[in-house]
Parts: sequence; C-alpha cells; structure tokens
Amino acid sequence: MKPASFDYHDPSSLDEALELMAQFGDDARPLAGGQSLVPLMNFRLLRPAHLVDLNRIDALSYVREKNGALYIGAMTRQRQLERAPAVAQRWLLLQEATAFIGHVQIRNRGTVGGSLAHAFPSAELPIAMATLDASMVLQSKKTRRVVSAEEFFVSTMSTAIEPGELLTEIRVPAPPDHAGSSYKEVNRRHGDFALAAAAALVALDDSGRIVRCRLTFAGATPLRAREVERSLVGEMPSAALFEEAARHATEKLEQDSDVHASAEYRRQASATLARRALSQAAERAAQRARGAVQ
Amino acid sequence: MKQREVRVTVNGREYRGSVEPRKLLTDFLRDDLGFTGTHVGCEQGVCGACTILLNGEPVRSCLLFAVQADGASLKTVEGLAPRPDQLHPLQEKFWELHALQCGFCTPGILLTAEALLREIPEPSESEIREWISGNLCRCTGYVNIVSAIQEAAKVLRRKQET
Repeated sequence: MKPASFDYHDPSSLDEALELMAQFGDDARPLAGGQSLVPLMNFRLLRPAHLVDLNRIDALSYVREKNGALYIGAMTRQRQLERAPAVAQRWLLLQEATAFIGHVQIRNRGTVGGSLAHAFPSAELPIAMATLDASMVLQSKKTRRVVSAEEFFVSTMSTAIEPGELLTEIRVPAPPDHAGSSYKEVNRRHGDFALAAAAALVALDDSGRIVRCRLTFAGATPLRAREVERSLVGEMPSAALFEEAARHATEKLEQDSDVHASAEYRRQASATLARRALSQAAERAAQRARGAVQ
Repeated sequence: MKQREVRVTVNGREYRGSVEPRKLLTDFLRDDLGFTGTHVGCEQGVCGACTILLNGEPVRSCLLFAVQADGASLKTVEGLAPRPDQLHPLQEKFWELHALQCGFCTPGILLTAEALLREIPEPSESEIREWISGNLCRCTGYVNIVSAIQEAAKVLRRKQET
C-alpha cells in the first residue's frame, strides 16, 4: 500500500459528485485521470480523506462543435482530444500542445479538465487554453459560473475552483477567420515538462495584415504577452517583425531558475520559440486565407 | 478498513477480489492475482514497467486503483502469447533480435508495442520511438527494441494478409 487510506466514492452522475463535493468540502479531492494526483498520493504528499472518482461519469466526456465553438467535457481524455477530427481541422493548437503531454500511456488516462485544474507550471493545456481565449465552467451543488482562462489560473497549482466546485466543461470560442496557430516547446527528453514554451495565434485580414494576435508563454501561470499582442495588430507579418516582437515579449518575462535551466536560458529559449510560433501561425493563417479565396 | 469488491477480466478470464480502495492496480494484479509479469518500477508513472492494457489501451497500472478497474478487461504480459508453447510475434522478435537484456522493462514495452501495432500496423521508426518513449530501458539503448518491433510488424502484417 503506497497511498494513505481514504474513503472512496465513485458517483455515476454529476449531481451525485457535486453532492459529495458539497458534503466533504476541503476534505474531498476529485480524481480525474490520476496521472498527477496518484503519484502525489503514492508519495503521500497528499492524503485526501475522501476521493471522489469522476471516471464513471460518462456525461463529462465529450468533444462537441456547436455554432463554431468547441465544448470539451472535463473528463475527456487527452488522447481523445488529440484525435478528435474537429480539433485537427480548426484547433490545431490543441492537438499540437496535447501531443507534448507525457506519453501515450499518460494521455490515455490523463484528462483535459484534470490538467487544467492541476495547473502545473509549464503544463501544455493551460498555455493552449489561454491562447485560445477558452473559458471554464465551474459547478457546485448550488452554483454554476463561467470564468475566463485569465481568472481561472491564479498561481502555481492554484486555480479559481472553490471547495465544493468541480470544473465540468471547457469552452473554446470559434477561431477568427483566416487564423493560424502554433505551439512550440523545448524540453530535455520526450514527455518531460517544458523548459520553455510559446503558443501563438495570428489572424489576418483580406490585405494580409494582422487583425488579432495571441502570444502565451510557460510560466508560473500561462503568461500572455498583451502589450506585444496589441502592438502587432495592423502590421504585415514578416520575419523581422516577429523577431523584434519575440525579443520584446521575453525581455522581462518572469521565469524561474532551477536545476534544469536558468531563468536567463528560459528567456532566451522563449524568445526563439515565440519567433517560430508567430511565424508558423502567420504562415498557416495565410494558407487559410488563400484557401478561402480559391 | 472498508473493503470493496472488484471484478475484472484478465487475459480473458474473470477474477474477483476484495480490496482496500487504496490498493494500486499493479499490486492487485501481482499480489492478489499472481500476475507478476507486471513489473513495479518507479510507482510514480515515469518508468512504464507496469504498463498493461486497460480495455485495449496501454496505461500505467501504478496510477490506477484496483477499484477503478472494476468491470474492466485487462491484458498483462502473461496474456500476450496465444498458447503456452508459442510466443507472440513481438516476443519472438525480441528474443531473436536481442531486444532485452535484464528484461525488467520488457513486459511494459511489449504491451505498448502490441497496442501500437494494432493502431499503426506499419509504423515508422519515429512513430515507434514516440510510442515507446513512455517506457524506460536502461540496458539496450533501444536500437534492438525498435528493430524487433519493426520485424514483428512485418510478421503481423503477413498474418493479416493470409
């Protein structure tokens, strides 16, 4: 036996799960894919008194496209998201980012909601969701609210989810017309957490000028480069433009030093990744625009 | 301590057990059911030695509680060979091409490879490396493992054709 003992609950409906979360409050931990929670329990770094296993709630597992937007049930497996046809067509960023999560075996169990709720620094899905202006649906027995990615990610491994609440759905708005996106990261070994990561979304108008831009970096929480995003609007994409934007966005980027890499290295790597992500996103946007004309 | 009943199908046969909810699936398979081919390495989801197939998909059995597998169909390395006197093509090629030395990682890699070849019957070298990146081997350097999977893929494809 590795984990400390706990009371196990496996509700088959969301209502039952919310009832249990209301009843046990802070003493309860929801169990999604378990790819982060169970190691923490095996080390006994976490000893929840009650474990509310969400894996029997089939109604929380779906990827749906409605009115151009994407609705993802919190218990959708990462591998399911990665392979969803709608994702491959219109939300390539999600597919690219998800492919970097751990390994096939991990993504077969790991869930979209679990990764977001765990909010580990430099995890892929939080960065992708922040770039796509996603919002999160948080439900408790009595309440239901929708929070933006910005409000959701509070700090390292801390989110806006209150005791008694569960993250139930992720909503990704329709990407703008003529938009392209790209996710880049650098790590030491396949499947490791990113040393640095950048995600970009670029949308172009008919004349090829940038009408919308998103640029997000890995950090304690996903770090949006808002100033640079705004400064790129109205510009024509070019290598020089993105080089300068990437440099500017990473000059004072908040990065930590640890045994794997210094903050300075991470800033430099982030600049290179941002340049590549912006260029590729713009290229894909231009391809889309050409496709639309034909 | 409250016990829970668990009913699972392992390698096509049904088993029942009574477990504490905190018992990991790896330990249930090994200690309660005797499937010691499922190896216990890091017990934190990193090494892949405990990889089994859960309803056909490779997963870490050290990151699942046995209670979660209730009603599921599992496959361990003991269920890979078709008969006691015959090896699975993957096992055959691992043996032939010296794709193992100490053998500790082998059960996890075999099951991952089995799922890979079902999904991608003709994988490229990079696809093979991508799939087995979640299984650590400290002996071989992976070169022979990749070759063995490629060779087994050929055998399986030929079998499909006939």
